[in-house]
Amino acid sequence: MRSGIFFLVAVVVAAIVFGCALAINNDYVFFAGYTVLQFIVLATAWNILGGYTGYVNFGSAAFFALGAYSSVFMHKFYPMPIPVLIVIAAVISGLVGLGMGYLTLRLRGAFFAIATLALAVVLQTLIVNWNYVGGSRGAYVVRPATVAFLGNYVHYLFLLMLGLAVIALTVARTIEHSSLGYGFATIRDDELAAEASGVPTLRLKLIATTISGALMGMAGAPFPYYIGYLQPSSAFGLEYAVNSIAMPIIGGTATWLGPLIGAIVLGSLQQYITVTISSSVNVLIVGLLLVIFVVIAPNGIVGLVQSILRRRRYERKPA
Amino acid sequence: MSANLLEVESLGKRFGGFIALDGIDLAVAAGERVGLIGPNGSGKSTLVNCLCGALGNYTGAVRFDGRNIGGLSAHQRTRLGMARSFQLPRPFASMTVADNIRVPLVYAVAARSGVHMTNEQIVTRSAEMLALVGLADKARQFPRDLTQVEMRKLELARAMAAEPKLLIADEAMAGLSHSEVEDIVALLIRLNQRGITVILIEHIMRAVMTFSQRLVVLVSGKKIADGKPDEVIRNQEVERAYLGQ
Ligand SMILES: Nc1ncnc2c1ncn2[C@@H]1O[C@H](COP(=O)(O)OP(=O)(O)OP(=O)(O)O)[C@@H](O)[C@H]1O
Ligand SMILES: [Mg+2]
Repeated sequence: MRSGIFFLVAVVVAAIVFGCALAINNDYVFFAGYTVLQFIVLATAWNILGGYTGYVNFGSAAFFALGAYSSVFMHKFYPMPIPVLIVIAAVISGLVGLGMGYLTLRLRGAFFAIATLALAVVLQTLIVNWNYVGGSRGAYVVRPATVAFLGNYVHYLFLLMLGLAVIALTVARTIEHSSLGYGFATIRDDELAAEASGVPTLRLKLIATTISGALMGMAGAPFPYYIGYLQPSSAFGLEYAVNSIAMPIIGGTATWLGPLIGAIVLGSLQQYITVTISSSVNVLIVGLLLVIFVVIAPNGIVGLVQSILRRRRYERKPA
Repeated sequence: MSANLLEVESLGKRFGGFIALDGIDLAVAAGERVGLIGPNGSGKSTLVNCLCGALGNYTGAVRFDGRNIGGLSAHQRTRLGMARSFQLPRPFASMTVADNIRVPLVYAVAARSGVHMTNEQIVTRSAEMLALVGLADKARQFPRDLTQVEMRKLELARAMAAEPKLLIADEAMAGLSHSEVEDIVALLIRLNQRGITVILIEHIMRAVMTFSQRLVVLVSGKKIADGKPDEVIRNQEVERAYLGQ
């Protein structure tokens, strides 16, 4: 019930964001905004596995690329509207997430993380050698200039990603407030104690890898239409793997709010740096920020604010 | 059809070349209170881990409530009605004390019966469980704020919350004061009177003797005695094992 209200509020906020972007009426705002929104979805998706259950996925780029390439494939095979492509991408990358979960179920900590990295390498190799979707050369996906109702196609892509962000955040928050969320947290805290309390840890891990993978694939599905020319190196870019880890950790992994804040702050910062300096410093800066936060504020921006508020309240009430 | 709730048949467990459990036979009747003692490192916790599915790769058979539970994972055994406390407390660190209790309520009790519990029911029930072990006023704190003794009580409350048929308490009382030990023993006996079978692993002999209707002794992975408590502690082999350590 409360999830329904959250969803409505998120839709209203999204509508306001879209209205503001329209009011500014500058195509750059839509281009940059699309990227930030895409990172909100990726960061939120990563956090469902990495933050809630504590399993660190280094292969986010692979799931993102899977979504992007499933769109490229469909574009050649049987063109369909992007919302349908998003659903197809969700199914494919959800299944790959499930498969990854099965293969890595018994791996913990660093070993799990390495396995996800390996999965990304394997997938990239497959795509590079698959000519139908462009192989190493890449593939052109010609985007129509206009779309019905909205007119401007970039506005349409922006709106789609806004919708995906609303869906991802609603899913994350719903999980957090459900038994599933408690189950995920027990996995992060202590799997042995979780099993002893009746938590089916293996099944919950599979649910987490599936949902997380599906959402990442959804974020990737519209990407070929956004970029126009998709190469393996851009779809499997380091920035996706790094950002989808860094944004939740810098924002805070405990709640849905952390990845949202992390993605907005880091995403906007990177857009700014891309314009003012160069996009090549982005990964460097994100890496530095990540190290700083891990050392100084392991609970991220959200955790930092919470502890400041708690201290304030404590000081106002002298013992 | 026997009245035994738990039947263990020549259970063996090795860690590499080290034999931790060697041909353990054990039957526990429904409703019984069994004490399990033995010197440090004799294999008591290992036995619990094998019974509850926390350790796999053991030899022999375990039957619970009339069925062979060999292939079942730990959470399935919990749902069948086995619950244990850990000797070294393993609380869910990111959750409040009350939420720690919520986990078995949702994932063992509700999952077992298939009946959804409302949030209100869960809150009431977890408050009851915490009150039973004297942690009522700690409900909203986090495990890191608890003392070692309180953590042991939380362990016990979490195991009891799973509403087991068989409760295995692995040294739940170490470090507790005289009166606290009496409270916990009384609590376990009360639970037993409500029909729960209890296996108590304990070094505090006073507690074991008050509690147990039957005493089982493990030494170096072997069961060396099993019987009436006062007879077992007069057993020469048992005396030797304890004096020898
Ligand atoms: N995971 C493990 N790997 C290797 N050896 C183990 C493992 N767990 C237990 N052991 C060994 O098995 C033996 C039995 O240990 P166990 O913990 O079952 O003893 P215990 O009877 O519970 O002792 P205590 O009274 O100290 O709790 C010990 O020698 C211990 O070192
Ligand atoms: Mg032990």
